[in-house]
Amino acid sequence: MTTNGWLQILFFLFVVLALTKPLGVFMTRVFNREKTFLDPVLRPIEKLLYRLTGVDETREMRWTEYGAAMLIFSGVTMALTYLIERVQNRLPLNPQKLAAVAPDLAFNTAASFTTNTNWQAYVPETTMSYLTQMAALAYHNFISAATGIALAIAVVRGIARREKDTLGNYWVDMTRATLWVLLPACIVGSLFLVSQGVPQNFKPYTTAQLVDPQTVQITGADGKATTQVVREQTIAQGPTASQEVIKEFGTNGGGFFNANSSHPFENPTPLTNFFELVLIFAIGSGLTYTLGQMTGSPRHGWAVWCAMAILFLIGVTATYSAEARGNPLVQTTANHLQPIGNMEGKEVRFGIANSALWAVVTTDTSCGAVNSMHDSYTPLGGMIPLINMLLGEVIFGGVGSGLYGIIVFIILSVFIAGLMVGRTPEYLGKKVEAFDVKMAMLTVLIYPLFVLGFTGISVLAPKFGLSSLANAGPHGLSEIFYAYAEAGANNGSAFAGLNANTLWYNSTIGATTLFGRFFMVIPVLAIAGSLACKKHVPESAGTFPVTTPLFTGLLISVVLIVGALTFFPALSLGPILEHLLMYAGKVF
Amino acid sequence: MKKNFMIAIRMTIATTLLLGVVYPFVVTGLAQVLFPKQANGELITVNGKIVGSRLIGQPFSSPGYFRPRPSAAGTGYDAGNSGGSNLGPTNKTLIDRVNGDVQKLQAENPAMPVPMDLVTTSGSGLDPHISPEAAAFQVPRVARERSMTENDVRALIAKHTEGRQFGFLGEPRVNVLELNLDLDAVHPLH
Repeated sequence: MTTNGWLQILFFLFVVLALTKPLGVFMTRVFNREKTFLDPVLRPIEKLLYRLTGVDETREMRWTEYGAAMLIFSGVTMALTYLIERVQNRLPLNPQKLAAVAPDLAFNTAASFTTNTNWQAYVPETTMSYLTQMAALAYHNFISAATGIALAIAVVRGIARREKDTLGNYWVDMTRATLWVLLPACIVGSLFLVSQGVPQNFKPYTTAQLVDPQTVQITGADGKATTQVVREQTIAQGPTASQEVIKEFGTNGGGFFNANSSHPFENPTPLTNFFELVLIFAIGSGLTYTLGQMTGSPRHGWAVWCAMAILFLIGVTATYSAEARGNPLVQTTANHLQPIGNMEGKEVRFGIANSALWAVVTTDTSCGAVNSMHDSYTPLGGMIPLINMLLGEVIFGGVGSGLYGIIVFIILSVFIAGLMVGRTPEYLGKKVEAFDVKMAMLTVLIYPLFVLGFTGISVLAPKFGLSSLANAGPHGLSEIFYAYAEAGANNGSAFAGLNANTLWYNSTIGATTLFGRFFMVIPVLAIAGSLACKKHVPESAGTFPVTTPLFTGLLISVVLIVGALTFFPALSLGPILEHLLMYAGKVF
Repeated sequence: MKKNFMIAIRMTIATTLLLGVVYPFVVTGLAQVLFPKQANGELITVNGKIVGSRLIGQPFSSPGYFRPRPSAAGTGYDAGNSGGSNLGPTNKTLIDRVNGDVQKLQAENPAMPVPMDLVTTSGSGLDPHISPEAAAFQVPRVARERSMTENDVRALIAKHTEGRQFGFLGEPRVNVLELNLDLDAVHPLH
């Protein structure tokens, strides 16, 4: 680890901290439908959208209708994405004449983009046309993010409202999240990225003449090696910047190129890297302030922010130190190899510090974009991203989903505090009762059910499970475990050695993304609906305050203990075992 | 329920047009006007031929050129098929590859420690850069092949070395394609 590395990490956290209040205040105004400086431009567009689509913006919805509208909209948009993928060969903006996407892959991709996951079982530059990337995939980057924000706001309203049975209007919240929060920042941000070298055009791929033509060995399908001279380089381009910015800001993570944000066209400089990192954390961090402001307790918002920041710093310290220590199997005192850490799968311009920082940020949230290849991380360095997802991505978290995820853990925390003193637990003036705790436990239990279940089936199935592995030994278990962990957590990053473009993985990972998103959302909305109906109880001497360092500490403990109890056995057979074997000098 | 279903269909069409078509077209239009060079991939042209992009790494294996990092993209630096090796830290293929490359490089220049980036593949397989150490490591070979003095080669490296952005962001680096093109310009191979 270097001083300069830590300087970058702490400066990043400082910038995120500085953005939290302004963004939080702005989002509160947007969702309370108060005036903002963008109204003169956006209000007419908003009104036009409602007129065209038949939305009554004054109508309030109960939690059931709010959830149903969200599910229906997700279903319809997912169907359209599937359709566009299946007929992209007959649509315009396909200069590379790419074929229609296969049905299982098209389903997996549609499910994963609808749920804000952005798992990519395909190589974008050889699979998806420009139109598919723009109108199907980047489109979902907006809509799934706006839906996440809308759901979080509905849950916050549930806490804030007193004796009311409605949570707002899904269509209005989703539209305002898109128009006010996402779109303006994306237009400005994408132009900034272009200025730094991210392409934005509709041209066919460029063919360049190599300066130094190469003789390469190619092994054909029959196993015979032939020698070939390569004289050209095909340079894939396209409308990259407009997708790149929403991919980070909406914590989606689906790359325009296969190599994602490690690709020099997606992320050309350390400055774009820093900018993209801030985009990933910005909304999740701002929403903690919105939570505090809308519920009348800004200090509660900061207490939650502190819990997240501490968990973030623990993760980044662990990953950074593991990667900086490097791989003992190549780093021996005899071979004079430069001791700068594990550079396999990392870019020179980012180095160890920025790669480790990104790996933690992208898995603290549901982003899943990568600027280095997690599969090649050291066992402990790669375990932290895995743990971040297994904890439910509540460290700033996905846009919206991070906030409602942490609220579930807050409810469990006040419940546990209530048990200790023998009183009915309260949260911001609302009594937390049996129904609320049951729903909170349901969201906590659904996730491991799918993740551990499918991982278990896959490792027991040599024909369709293990056959996709790129790495043997405990690392193989980590690859499969990581795949379902990211799917259930809607992350979308990968231990990318796993060949996931098979019928088994496409269908089960696709299903896990859907369960991970929608089975979690429904109990959370139920909690919000239940809390909204309740009377306000004034704070008393027996109330556990949710604004103190004690609360922050308890919240951190609950998040870590729930995660550890559920997943420690699987982690010990994967990354922890691999770590021990690596230091014993074992290879696979 | 039926009402929300109809809204969903109309909303899907309207937002797809706004976010999936209008937004990227507006950004493309503005980008092409404001930043035409960057928006089109920062291509480099020599004698009327496109020889590559400033941002995309390219393979070099002749001894007279600076070599980039090993690449796992296609057959090497395939910019239509980016990606990393995805080999895990205990994978025998990875360990054998790295240790084999370390031995070869030690034989080439025993005077310096082997730079880590020259024996590891990048995440994209298209890394346009090597570290200043990796460039310095190759100076004796390139100088010999081109009959240049080592100091002249070092001066060229210094010209193509970028420091940390604003003094603290990222890592120092050398653009391999630009360095090699400059070598060809000032001191051609033949």
